[in-house]
Amino acid sequence: MDHGFFKVLKRTGLLPGMLILLMQVGISCSSGSGGNTEDPGPDPEPTNSTSLRWVKPAHFPDPVYDLTKNPLTVEGVLLGKFLFYDGILSRTNVIGCGTCHQQSSAFTHHGHELSHGVDDQLGTRNAPSVQNMAWNTSFFWDGNVHVLDSVPLNPIQNKVEMDETMDNILAKLRATPNTSTKVQVDYPKLFKAAYGTNEITSARVRKALSQFMMTMVSANSKYDYFVLGDAAALTTEEKTGMTLFKQKCSSCHAGELFTDVSYRNNGLPPIKIDDQGRYAVTKNESDRYKFKVPSLRNIALTAPYMHDGRFATLEQVLNHYSDNMQSSATLDDIFKSPTGKTGISLTSAEKQSIILFLRTLSDDQFVRSAELADPGVGNAF
Amino acid sequence: MLFIGACLIVACQYSGPEVGPPLIIPEGRMVLKFDNIAGNEDLVLDNKTYSNSFGEDLTISKFNYFVSNFKLLEEGGDSYTIPQDSSYFRIVEADPKTQTVILNGIPQGKYTGIEYIIGVDSLRSVSGIEKRGGALDPSGDMAGDGMYWAWTSGYIFVKLEGTSSKSSSSNGKFYYHIGFYGGFDSENKTVNNIKNVKINFAGEKAVVTGDSVPEVRLTADVLKVFNGPDPVSVEKNPGIMFDFTLSSGVANNYKSMFGFGEIKQNSLAK
Repeated sequence: MDHGFFKVLKRTGLLPGMLILLMQVGISCSSGSGGNTEDPGPDPEPTNSTSLRWVKPAHFPDPVYDLTKNPLTVEGVLLGKFLFYDGILSRTNVIGCGTCHQQSSAFTHHGHELSHGVDDQLGTRNAPSVQNMAWNTSFFWDGNVHVLDSVPLNPIQNKVEMDETMDNILAKLRATPNTSTKVQVDYPKLFKAAYGTNEITSARVRKALSQFMMTMVSANSKYDYFVLGDAAALTTEEKTGMTLFKQKCSSCHAGELFTDVSYRNNGLPPIKIDDQGRYAVTKNESDRYKFKVPSLRNIALTAPYMHDGRFATLEQVLNHYSDNMQSSATLDDIFKSPTGKTGISLTSAEKQSIILFLRTLSDDQFVRSAELADPGVGNAF
Repeated sequence: MLFIGACLIVACQYSGPEVGPPLIIPEGRMVLKFDNIAGNEDLVLDNKTYSNSFGEDLTISKFNYFVSNFKLLEEGGDSYTIPQDSSYFRIVEADPKTQTVILNGIPQGKYTGIEYIIGVDSLRSVSGIEKRGGALDPSGDMAGDGMYWAWTSGYIFVKLEGTSSKSSSSNGKFYYHIGFYGGFDSENKTVNNIKNVKINFAGEKAVVTGDSVPEVRLTADVLKVFNGPDPVSVEKNPGIMFDFTLSSGVANNYKSMFGFGEIKQNSLAK
């Protein structure tokens, strides 16, 4: 059902303002005709766009995503932002990526154990955070996608998320600006600015979305300031929590991304749907009930927790790890002790201390950044 | 200055265990108790099973709603409208202190009924943040009892969540988040799920004088959110949020959920 009630702010005069905003942030721009002149990537297209230099946070590893094949431009990122938020990607023209990935909660669906897609249909898993995608080797809770450029196809085609086809999206984008839809964005113009011609293709849509997602980097938490040398950025209590975290949690939530990007069974008792996680992708017996170890960046902002959103608070999460794990054939070895007890040994005081540390991973700049915000096309419920 | 102050601070939400009477009561007060029930019994979260008109079993885990724009009906046909800045309340079943609302600075009189709306009016839904403090502050914890969507989408008027063996969702739960105030301009029409409520005190009177503070108990029957002109099945629709037809159906049900309980006089003037 197409409600069509969400009109966009009139675009006139908006774009120059956004370009200026973009240039003010940590991504530096160089003038000239495209940033890919020395790059023989597979899809070089003549543009007059302004290249954006993507800067890796100093303490982060090298990104997984190959920017030489999709060099960032100011115009490409802007196009990607509009596509990310615009409900035009869904059959009903209401549900955008940003509907279930809301900035204020680090691009998760705040307060929703499961998300609602087209026609109020419920999904089966909790919307994962869209952040630091540049470093992901696989995507989604079960890792069934390995390339960032292909990630948007999953929610687009999912019957209870966006329920749309790429062909139809391309047709709708080409028909903009379309006053009858109330969405006044001129996509042919945005594509021309980004790619040199107003041709709208699946590859261009996906690359623009990747460009925007590449800018969704969270690396400015109190913890980051501490790691980068500001010893006073964390309190004594938070540092105690960090030490405990490293002892008790960092074998899986490892490194600066706080995940080893592995799949593990963490002993959650199956619920009604009996979601088998990674097993559905690999059909390996050893993968039953395994889910991706999520990053813990911005974890205090992304409740509820786990692949099905079953825990509302971090306290509940840590209580699960200390006391409530269910043993099964594929339970991760790390949770098994020689005594036969499962779980991580944690006192209440240790849990509170770890939670204090986890809160230092919240990145205010990331959730408030104007250049990541909805440019006026989105619907957030 | 005094007059301005009185206008600004005319109502407040009960905010602590000891609500002692102030030393001086310059004007009349009335206490409203929002008593959430399920059918004929007090609502119990999580640990009690109810059923809807389809015979589906239900446990309720969350039941929150906004009530606002209060108007007191007086004997003889007059009425007194609570100044709007002091007339928004978010009732949260899991948080008893939210269920007591104190209306301050109301004229002495004998009141025979009350009118209010379920939800937040469209004007307030599009006003600036300076008009959205207190119960309307959107910066609260959305993961908990948050009742705010986004700038254009406004507030969630009624939030009802729970579990049923009949729910078709993957986790056996149901989620009803009902809002929509009509849209923020003529090009952004939504349905309007704001509902007016008028409760007559069944012939009783809430007498407000300097030393007489009536406490009026109003009931809100959670089962009426399910059972009404558009019965809700947790099997057919385990989630209702922004589908206009479904959401206005729920609103047509909840408009009748309030009822009159009783009046106790002098509840605060011990």
